[in-house]
Amino acid sequence: MAKSFSIKRQPGFATIAMLCFFLLYLPIATLVVYSFNSGTSIATWEGFSLRWFESAWNNQQVMEASWRSLRIAAVAAVIATACATLAAIATTRTAPYRGLTFKYSIINMPLLVPEIVTAVALLILFSRIKVWTGYSGLGYLIVAHAAFCIPFAYMPIRARLESMDLSLERAASDLYASSFQTFRYVTLPLLWPGILAGLMLAFVISLDDVVITEFVKSGGQDTLPTYMLGQLRRVVTPEMNAISTAFLVLSLAIVTVFFFLSRNPNKNNE
Amino acid sequence: MTETRTTGAHGGAIGMHGIKKWFGNFQAVNDVSLEIRSNEFFTLLGPSGCGKTTLLRMIAGFELPTEGQVLLDGTDISRLLPNQRPVNTVFQNYALFPHLTVAENIGFGLKMLGKPKSEIDSVVGDMLKLVHLDGRGNNPVTQLSGGQQQRVALARALAPRPKVLLLDEPLSALDLKLRKSMQVELKRLQTETGITFVFVTHDQEEALTMSDRIAVMSTGTVRQIGSPWDIYDRPSERFVADFIGETNFLEADVVSVSGDKARVRLSSGAEISATYPEGVTPQGKVTIVIRPEHARLGPPGSGVLEGAIHTIVYLGTDNHFHVTIDDGKTFTVRQQNANSAPCGFSVGERISVAINDDVAQILRD
Repeated sequence: MAKSFSIKRQPGFATIAMLCFFLLYLPIATLVVYSFNSGTSIATWEGFSLRWFESAWNNQQVMEASWRSLRIAAVAAVIATACATLAAIATTRTAPYRGLTFKYSIINMPLLVPEIVTAVALLILFSRIKVWTGYSGLGYLIVAHAAFCIPFAYMPIRARLESMDLSLERAASDLYASSFQTFRYVTLPLLWPGILAGLMLAFVISLDDVVITEFVKSGGQDTLPTYMLGQLRRVVTPEMNAISTAFLVLSLAIVTVFFFLSRNPNKNNE
Repeated sequence: MTETRTTGAHGGAIGMHGIKKWFGNFQAVNDVSLEIRSNEFFTLLGPSGCGKTTLLRMIAGFELPTEGQVLLDGTDISRLLPNQRPVNTVFQNYALFPHLTVAENIGFGLKMLGKPKSEIDSVVGDMLKLVHLDGRGNNPVTQLSGGQQQRVALARALAPRPKVLLLDEPLSALDLKLRKSMQVELKRLQTETGITFVFVTHDQEEALTMSDRIAVMSTGTVRQIGSPWDIYDRPSERFVADFIGETNFLEADVVSVSGDKARVRLSSGAEISATYPEGVTPQGKVTIVIRPEHARLGPPGSGVLEGAIHTIVYLGTDNHFHVTIDDGKTFTVRQQNANSAPCGFSVGERISVAINDDVAQILRD
């Protein structure tokens, strides 16, 4: 099959690919470069400096917003992944029945509903609850983030469950494992990479959210993205670039760590 | 050889009574009743889709019979969950746990049964010796060869000392040489452990080599149960005779019946004696089967069927002669190459086929 079709041999393939990558990453590269600008402009290069990183680091509001973002993302991702794992098991480990497709749609609905609609709905609902209970903490943001993160966590977990050899679970039950033991000793260890991938996705999605957060947050509950959005309405300095660069590095670091964590030590168990 | 683990060796007896299994509109098993004896190597043999695997899965508990009962030592286990049955399975694809080591795989059943670690360790050690994998206990199972994985799967299923071991075409993924040695190995394990083995295969040679008794199945029913000799030499019906080995089918007329033998007249007019299955009274026109190795070639007039050699197939150990007999049918004769010399017959040559005594079997029709 040496002569089989390969996209790589099509004329212009390399050029188009390079152009696409260039256009995709040019804005980000520019942003990163100007975060090291020593001047106050985000468009005129005046020399290399770390002053904007320093300024961001010493900016109390930035640090608070970042810390808040991380806390919300961590708790919401864990909740979303737990729900998604249960949902994935419930939808893959049963004989197909009428209504199963409907359940898939219900679980994945948040992907399709416009975020602004969810945001408005949550705003109205939460404001009622605030009036009734008087509670106005981070709980609302966490619940909202967990809710829209569930489908993102669900996808890799379900994919992993579907690709898993069912005879392994059958073998466990044949070897006297109760259904809980089968889950504990066979399904869960094999599902682990899928769960980590789901957790990572949920974390990054939550960290990145603007629309729902903007609607749901109470005063003084800015996350990093909503803080930055607020700043853009005022003077824009390379501090924004520095924050964005730091944010980018953090996301990449998280993705890398999860990638290595979720790599299976036994490579040929697929 | 490792010490034989005969303590309490008692293979369970399986009874299947009136088993029917429907998958939607498809009937996979149609009224099967059979008895598998204690300590027996019992084989379910048949082409794919004949229901043999479904029967095995009903013993394991992965399928429930639509109708009928599965008994283990006289107790109805039809409705028990797989983990409640003292029965273990060797899966076709082995289904080893990829995240566990060899030893952890083998000890899995005992761990689930809540056995103390010391006992698990000692049984796992014995099992590793039994399947010749000493010293491999800490290896990840994914780094083993196919044959080694097969033996881990066997050890894992044997470790909890089940009353019955179920084997679902466990040798089909191995190459020919390994398969042959595993056949011997399986038979040895069965004898040494005293556990009842129920083996599912579509490979007739595997079935004949290892089994104490064989049930030949097709289209959801059991066609014949018997020893390998019964199945091969005394097939009761056409499907069985055709499925197992090569066979000649001949039309014949029953001349007389005495005791367990009948005299039948062949198309050539010659008469031979034939056996017949239990419960059949041979009369009129019947079909008889004769295995190719039970016939001999000779000069014209010396045998019971006259004809000419159509083709000769040289197979090293023996020759297959396809003879066109005078009624137009083809008859195959297999002769061993006992001497290192040409077979002495040529294509087109007129010959006569002689049939050994008591080798013809009348089929139930």
